[in-house]
Amino acid sequence: MNLYSLRIDDHDVAIAADSTVLQAAQEASIAIPTLCFLEGLSAVAACRMCLVEVSGNDTLLPACITPVQEGMQVHTATPRLQDIRRTLIELLFTEGNHVCGICVANGHCELQNLAVEVGMDHSRLPYRFPDRHVDLSHPLFGMDHNRCVLCTRCVRVCDEVEGAHVWDVGWRGEHCRIIAGLEEPWGAVEACTHCGKCVEVCPTGALFHRGDTTDEKHSDPARLQALMQARQQQRWNP
Amino acid sequence: MKACLRVCTAASCRSRGGASLQHSLSEAVARAGLEHGLRVKGVGCLGPCSDGPLLAMDADPKAQTQLYGSIPVADGAQLVASLMEAAAQHTLAHWCPAGGLRIDLNHPFFQLQRRLVLEHCGQIDPTSIEEALAAGAYRQLERVLQNNNPAAVIEQVRRSGLRGRGGAGYPTGLKWAAVAQMPGTEKVVVCNADEGDPGAFMDRTVLEGDPHTVLEGMAIAAHTVGASRGLIYVRAEYPLAIARLRTAIAAAQGHGWLGTAIAGSRCNFDVELRVGAGAYVCGEETALMQSIEGKRGMPRPRPPYPAERGVFGLPTLINNVETFANLPALLRLGLETYGRGTKVFSLTGHVRRSGVIEVPMGTSLRTVVETMGGGTPAGRSIKAVQTGGPSGGCVPAHQLDTPVDYESLQSLGTIMGSGGMVVMDDTTDMVDIARFFMAFSREESCGKCVPCRAGTVQLDNLLEQILDRRATPEDLEQLESLCRMVKDTSLCGLGQGAPRPVLSTLRHFRDDYLALVPVETRR
Amino acid sequence: MAESYPELEPVLQRHEHRADGLIEVLNRAQELYRHLTPPLLRHIARQLHLPFSRVQGTASFYHLFRFSPPARHRCLVCTGTACHVKGAASLLAALQREPLNTWGIELGSVRCIGTCSGAPLVVVDQQVWNQQSCASVLSGLRELRP
Repeated sequence: MNLYSLRIDDHDVAIAADSTVLQAAQEASIAIPTLCFLEGLSAVAACRMCLVEVSGNDTLLPACITPVQEGMQVHTATPRLQDIRRTLIELLFTEGNHVCGICVANGHCELQNLAVEVGMDHSRLPYRFPDRHVDLSHPLFGMDHNRCVLCTRCVRVCDEVEGAHVWDVGWRGEHCRIIAGLEEPWGAVEACTHCGKCVEVCPTGALFHRGDTTDEKHSDPARLQALMQARQQQRWNP
Repeated sequence: MKACLRVCTAASCRSRGGASLQHSLSEAVARAGLEHGLRVKGVGCLGPCSDGPLLAMDADPKAQTQLYGSIPVADGAQLVASLMEAAAQHTLAHWCPAGGLRIDLNHPFFQLQRRLVLEHCGQIDPTSIEEALAAGAYRQLERVLQNNNPAAVIEQVRRSGLRGRGGAGYPTGLKWAAVAQMPGTEKVVVCNADEGDPGAFMDRTVLEGDPHTVLEGMAIAAHTVGASRGLIYVRAEYPLAIARLRTAIAAAQGHGWLGTAIAGSRCNFDVELRVGAGAYVCGEETALMQSIEGKRGMPRPRPPYPAERGVFGLPTLINNVETFANLPALLRLGLETYGRGTKVFSLTGHVRRSGVIEVPMGTSLRTVVETMGGGTPAGRSIKAVQTGGPSGGCVPAHQLDTPVDYESLQSLGTIMGSGGMVVMDDTTDMVDIARFFMAFSREESCGKCVPCRAGTVQLDNLLEQILDRRATPEDLEQLESLCRMVKDTSLCGLGQGAPRPVLSTLRHFRDDYLALVPVETRR
Repeated sequence: MAESYPELEPVLQRHEHRADGLIEVLNRAQELYRHLTPPLLRHIARQLHLPFSRVQGTASFYHLFRFSPPARHRCLVCTGTACHVKGAASLLAALQREPLNTWGIELGSVRCIGTCSGAPLVVVDQQVWNQQSCASVLSGLRELRP
C-alpha cells in the first residue's frame, strides 16, 4: 500500500495515499469539526466546517474530500479558521429557529456541540426567525424544519443506504427545505420503509422519534458505520 | 452582383420590429418581381443596438455599405414604396429610408473594432448554411481533419494564450490537453451557452448571428480531444438563439459537418441541445453538468475536474460559446496574425451607443466607453463601469485607462467576466448597485453550502439596513468581514464571487457608504 | 385513477425514458399542460424511473417551472443590470401597486433577456416592450384582450 506522509498542525502522519485530509487528521487524533460529513455516506463538502489551510494553497480546502498529498502541510485551527467556523455556526443558528432549551436533542446535538466548541455564546448576526413548519404526519417519526440545518444526511442515507429515496432537497437558496415525496406529508409517502435511519443520522433535533421530549433524542452515528461494515464486509460486532 | 439589404433580426432589433420589417420588405420585393436586382435578408446583430431597428444596404460592390438605424417601422408601407421605387430605378446606392438615421460607419464604434468572433455576424443569413459555407464556415474543421494532428492543434491553442471567455479565464490549451490525455474514446464536449450575467449578451449575439462558427469550434475541439458527443446547454431565456441553433445543427448534419465520418474522415461528432430552466448558477460548470444530467443544478467541489469526470462521469471538455467561436479564426489566421485575440463586450447602461462590440484584447476601458460608446448621454459624467456581472466589480472613472485584460481588471478588484459592461453615470448610488447584485446572488444561490445560502441573505439584509440609513460604522465593519468570509469559504464561483461587488464598491466608493451612516452613530 | 399524458410520449422516447432527460421532459410538459401538477409529476417520475422527491426537488429548483396555472397574460419586468440602472426596481414597485391580477394579468420579473438597449423593458406574453414607464406599461396592458 502506497503511503503518504504529511504534517498536520504539529503532528507527522503517514497514511494510505487514497485517504482524505480528514482521515489523516483522525489518524493523528486531531479533531477537525464536521457537520454534513458522516462516515458511511458520500461526502458533499457543503457545511464548510472542515475547511483547513494548506501551505502553498491560497484557497481553503474542505478536509472531508481533499485527498492527501506527499509532504502536505495542513493547518486545522488557525485564528482565521476559528473565526470562520464561529461565523458558520452563527449563520446556521440565525438561519433556523434553534431553541436548545425545548429541543429533543438538547445535550446530544451536534450543532449545539459545535457552538460550544467554537465558543459561540451569542450571535453577532441578527436572527432571522423564519416561518417553518413541523411535520407530524408519520406514525413513528417527526420532522421539525425549524431545527434543520440542511446537511442532507437524511437525503443521502435514505438514497445511498436504504435505497428508498423518500427525501430530497426542494427549492433553492434560502428557500431550500427537505422534502418528502412530491413535497407531501411524510406519512403520506408510500416509499418510506419506516426504517428510521434518517432520524438516526440527523445531527440535530430536526428528525426525531415521536414521543421523545426535551433532551430525549440520542442518536448514534456509529450505528451507521457498523451497518455499512456488515453490508460491505460481512463483518459484525455484536 | 445584385444589391442586398440586410435587416437585423436579432433579439434587440426584433423587439423593435426588425423581423416584421424584414418580412414585409422581402414580401414586397417578391410581389414587385424585383428579386433579380435586390435581395432582402435577415441577419444577426449589426452592432449599435440602441439605434435599432437597423438595416444595412450593400447596393453594389463599388459603393460603400450604408447602415441605417431607428427605422420607423410604423410607416411600413411608405418604406416599402420608397425601396421599391429605388430598386426599380436602380438607385439603391442612394436610397435612404425616410425617417431613418444614417449611421456613420467611420465612427470609432465601428473603426476600432476587430471582428474575429463576429466576423460574419450581421453579414450572413444565420438560417442558411450555404451562406455560412460561402463565408468559409467549416473550412478550418476540414483542414484539422485532413491534417489529423490533434497535438499540433492543442499546441497552437496553447501558444495563442486563448483563455476561457466565460468568466474564469482558464487557459483553453491546458483544458484541451487535460481532456486529450484522458484514456478512452468516450468523451464529451460541452458548450456553455447559459449566459446568465445580467447585462451580458455576447453569446446570444454569436448564437443568433453565426451559429455555425460555434458548431465548427466544437467539432474542432471534439476531434482534438477525441470526443464523439457534444452538448450545448443554452438558457431558456434565449428562444431565438435556441431556434437558430436547432436549424444550424440540423443543417450541419445534413451537409455532413456533424454526425458520422465528418468530411470523409474517421471523426464522428453528434451535437445535442439542452435547454435550461432558469437558474443562473447553471453557468457554473459543475452545476451545468448536473443540470445536463437532469438534476438540481448544484455545483460540486473540484477535484475531480470535468476533464477527469464530467458529464455522465465521462471526461468532459467544457468551454463557453465565445471560446469555441474563437477557434476557426485562430486556426485560419495563425498565431502571429491572431495576436492577443479579441474580446466581445456588450455595452449598456448610461451610454450613448449601446450594443455589441469586439475589440482587441487590451483596449482601454476609456476607449470602449467614451470613444466608441460616446460616453454618457446628456451632460452627465461617468461614475463607474461595472464588469463581470454579479461576480464582478466596479471600475471608478479615474481608472478608465485600464486596459481590458484579465490581469489588469483583477488588480482593480473586478474581473473580466463574460463581457457585460454596464456604464453608470454620476446619478448612480454605488451602495444601491452593490445591493442589486447581492440580492441577485441571494436569489440565485443554489443553497448547498452554508456561507453562500445564509451569508448572502445576511449581507443583503445588511446592505438594506445601510441603504435605509439604519447602519452604524460597526455594521460596515461587519459587512466587510462577512464579505471576506463568504468569499473565502463558499463552494463555487457564485458564492466566492458574490461579495465582489460589495468589496469593490467599498474599495473605490467608500464615501457612498459613509454618507449613509447617520452622523450620530459615528465615533 | 391514473391520468394519461399521450402528448408527452415523444419527448420521453427521445430520451429513452432515461433520468437525464428529466429537465427536457419537464420543459415539454409545462409547454403542453401550462403548469406541473402532482399527477403529471408522478407520471413523469414513473416514466423516468425516478423517486418522486427527486422529480419534485429538481422541478422546484428551477425558476421557470410552475406549479399553479398561469394567468391569461404575463407581464415580466426585466431586472437585469442595465434595466436596474434605468429604474426597473421602481417600475416593478409601481406595477406591484396596481390591481393587475383583477385584469387577468400576472406580474413577475425576468432575469436579463440580453436586449439591454431597450432598458427598462418588460416582456408581455413573450413580446418585448422597450423603454417603458409605469404609465406606458399600464396603457399597453389595458389594450390586451381581457
